[in-house]
Amino acid sequence: MHNKSVAELSRELDSGKVSSVELTQDFLSRIKQEDSKYNSFITVTEEQALADARSADEQRAAGNATPWTGVPFAHKDIFCTNGVRTTCGSKMLENFVPPYDATVTENFRKAGAVSLGKTNMDEFAMGSSNESSHFGAVTNPWGLSKGEKRVPGGSSGGSAAAVAARLVPAATATDTGGSIRQPAALCGVTGLKPTYGRVSRYGMIAFASSLDQGGTMARTAEDNALMLNVMAGFDPKDSTSLDRAVPDYTATLNEPLKGLRIGLPKEYFSDQLSPAMEEQVRAAIREYEKLGATVKEVSLPNAKLAIAAYYVIAPAEASANLSRFDGVRYGYRCEEPKDLLDLYTRTRAEGFGTEVKRRILVGTYALSAGYFDAYYLKAQKVRRLIQQDFINAFKEVDVLMSPTSPSPAFIQGEKTNDPVTMYLEDIFTIAINLAGVPAMSVPAGFIDGLPVGLQIIGDYFSEARLLNAAHQFQQVTDWHQREPQ
Amino acid sequence: MQWDIVIGLEIHVQLATKTKIFSGSSTAYGAEPNTQANAVDLAMPGTLPVPNEQAFRYAVMFGLAVNSEIERRSVFERKNYFYPDLPKGYQTTQLERPIVGPGYVDIDLANGESKRVRIHHAHLEEDAGKSLHEDFHGMTGVDLNRAGTPLIEVVTEPDMNSAEEAVAFAKKLHSIVTSLGICDGDMSQGSMRFDVNISLKPKGSDTLGTRTETKNLNSFRFMEQAIAHEVERQMDILEDGGVIEQETRLYNGDRDESRSMRTKEEANDYRYFPCPDLLPVEIDDTFIEDARSRLPELPDARKTRFKDQYGLNDYDAGLLSGDAKLASFFEEAASHGKDAKLTANWIQGEFSARLNAEEKTVADSPITGAQLGDMIIRISDNTISSAGAKKVFDALWTGENDNVDAIIDAKGLKQVSDTGALEKMVDEVLAGMPDQVAQFQNEEDPKKRKKMLGGFMGPLMKASKGQGNPKLFNEILLKKLEG
Repeated sequence: MHNKSVAELSRELDSGKVSSVELTQDFLSRIKQEDSKYNSFITVTEEQALADARSADEQRAAGNATPWTGVPFAHKDIFCTNGVRTTCGSKMLENFVPPYDATVTENFRKAGAVSLGKTNMDEFAMGSSNESSHFGAVTNPWGLSKGEKRVPGGSSGGSAAAVAARLVPAATATDTGGSIRQPAALCGVTGLKPTYGRVSRYGMIAFASSLDQGGTMARTAEDNALMLNVMAGFDPKDSTSLDRAVPDYTATLNEPLKGLRIGLPKEYFSDQLSPAMEEQVRAAIREYEKLGATVKEVSLPNAKLAIAAYYVIAPAEASANLSRFDGVRYGYRCEEPKDLLDLYTRTRAEGFGTEVKRRILVGTYALSAGYFDAYYLKAQKVRRLIQQDFINAFKEVDVLMSPTSPSPAFIQGEKTNDPVTMYLEDIFTIAINLAGVPAMSVPAGFIDGLPVGLQIIGDYFSEARLLNAAHQFQQVTDWHQREPQ
Repeated sequence: MQWDIVIGLEIHVQLATKTKIFSGSSTAYGAEPNTQANAVDLAMPGTLPVPNEQAFRYAVMFGLAVNSEIERRSVFERKNYFYPDLPKGYQTTQLERPIVGPGYVDIDLANGESKRVRIHHAHLEEDAGKSLHEDFHGMTGVDLNRAGTPLIEVVTEPDMNSAEEAVAFAKKLHSIVTSLGICDGDMSQGSMRFDVNISLKPKGSDTLGTRTETKNLNSFRFMEQAIAHEVERQMDILEDGGVIEQETRLYNGDRDESRSMRTKEEANDYRYFPCPDLLPVEIDDTFIEDARSRLPELPDARKTRFKDQYGLNDYDAGLLSGDAKLASFFEEAASHGKDAKLTANWIQGEFSARLNAEEKTVADSPITGAQLGDMIIRISDNTISSAGAKKVFDALWTGENDNVDAIIDAKGLKQVSDTGALEKMVDEVLAGMPDQVAQFQNEEDPKKRKKMLGGFMGPLMKASKGQGNPKLFNEILLKKLEG
């Protein structure tokens, strides 16, 4: 059962071959047996899951089923869950139980999906290796058979590892600079970061508000489409969400790709790209040509500035977003504060990890009097140039393709002491967040037994086309079906 | 040395919206602590602000009322600082692109002149909560009911040159926002709070001196005292050859003293940047015209109308038009009572005195404008004397009876205006005072004659048991004595 997709499980439930309670018990016992190897979950909500499964079975029996009714899945621990601890991977929120649901959480509840728990992540979504979690690093299921402990990517490393290890068929995730696509690539699963504003951010704990976007992670493109059907839509509680009709993303999965115009940004295929990675990506693109697509080179001339701009804007927003964690109302509070300043400084010094503190410092600096124009304003100008690059590119082509990450999963600890090398993990993904366009990572081969991802980038609100392109690729390849040993 | 005083004001005006500027919590005053603070107000993780349209409508109405340009695209920014009553660790406010641009307000001064005070801008922002230091031994209580209440902060140019001008401006602004109905104007509940920027410069000099800011004054009286206090403090320093330090000061009205809160060096770097959770606010013509159509009559227009329609002089018209509630009380009374001048006198005299004595506002008045008007009618038609009217007013005020004519009857306040009866009384009284009559007739000085005439009124009023019409008695007396 655990090798089946959401679409398949939904059909099994529909036909009555299996009950939600049975499915839920099956996946819960897999988590119990296997997750000690991966540490992909922070919280497992067994009782709640079984209760939800029972009620899902009743709903199905009563004929009130959606495709999701009774299907197990998991939430990245960044989405607030009413009555269930939501930590964001931080000591700061180790015991925080929100009295409200994120809109994404609520949407899955309404659809009848059964959440098994909350997946591990880099602290406050800051990281590309899932090593900054207060609840310990996550280990990539790939490479373990050789005795190697590799990172799953981050920040949605728990979701990616859990899906790759078949502990859940699907998991929610978020992406601020690559946090869905890079772990999806490193774990050999399929992930989608939607257009900024497509999925509500309400109840999704903020890292960098103008870049954060909730999205999907599963093994197949079809399951990503099923997830997005539940997640996408305008939310009156999020002023930055867009009031725009939501199509049925599964309806166009089987459209032929004949005539699809693919652009390859030359900046993403420079001589710095490893030959092994380039070979995998070019092979994937040849599959698309076989499916009738045409390929041409395009340029994103400002893409090289993306990392620099991102590491001003994202920390600047984070420095303000994380000010609310002050020990006054909820979350971690230091012992025996002497006075107000002591309360603030020790609570935050003890409650936040190194990477979070580094980014708060960088952001505070960038916004300070005398530096604001040189950093924040300049970065915003660069951001507009990058947006314009994408707008120009999409006048020529329908989608852009590139590697998702520069290399496959690396060994844990390899980059933890070198933040800049770590930041370069997101060199192909970050510009997409700055522009706000949607992008996917699709399994596209292996290097030395480790999965690599093909990134497919689309114009604003072209999620249906991306999912269609990914799905068609998955009809002629089986990279996404490979299971780690 | 002679000094020029230069004053600029920053006024926080709490908008009378039902809910907060970025959340659906109630803004009602006086609830149990933290019962009007939802997840957004508490800055729980993942929560997001949603702008309240009514706050924008009120801000636009204010802008139109103070002759300002409305900015078509305004931007919210985050002002970052840590304080327990600031849940997000930043205040959502406007800086570079405020919703209300430059405008002006004209104020009336006691010398009868009018002065224009320029508005630099007004911006929308959220209020903080309250830190409570009393009743929490060694700790601070935090009440977030007020957190997120919409404010407009009005910033003037340094156009005022005395406490009198600053207070006149403050009162005018109070009158504008209460007339607009965008603020309840209750200063005791903090609905309007004033920060005063003050500097001195040698008389006639073009160069502004270093200014201080005195924060959070919540009454016109404290504002006047604080300005006087700060002007004196700065003058003492300057005349001793000292320099004024740019700083923020707190004024204690009960003790008439101030202390430094923070100096320029200690000032925060607020690290403003545009709030990524809120899109820029686009205000279009339709919205502005809709706001314009909601504008009630404003104090300046009302004053002109009071002069035209009721024949009031400038002073009376100014006093009665300033406060929306007082103005409507006046209009009700005047339209009932027909004599606007007499109505104006009664409102500014007995009515205001009673309100003040009992610390009431017009809204709490136990008598209605119509009742006062009924009473004015009975004064005008000579049914009662002004002494009798005071008794009627008192009975109305205390609620003894709510009908003017019934009070007059019950208390026997009706004047005797039958000239035949009055003449008979005059004849009888004069007959009993032959010496005084002779004295009066021999006196040539009109002042003394007038005084002597008063000497007959006492006995006449006594003879009429206080019910004789004094005006008629006077006329008859003169006729008899001079005749």
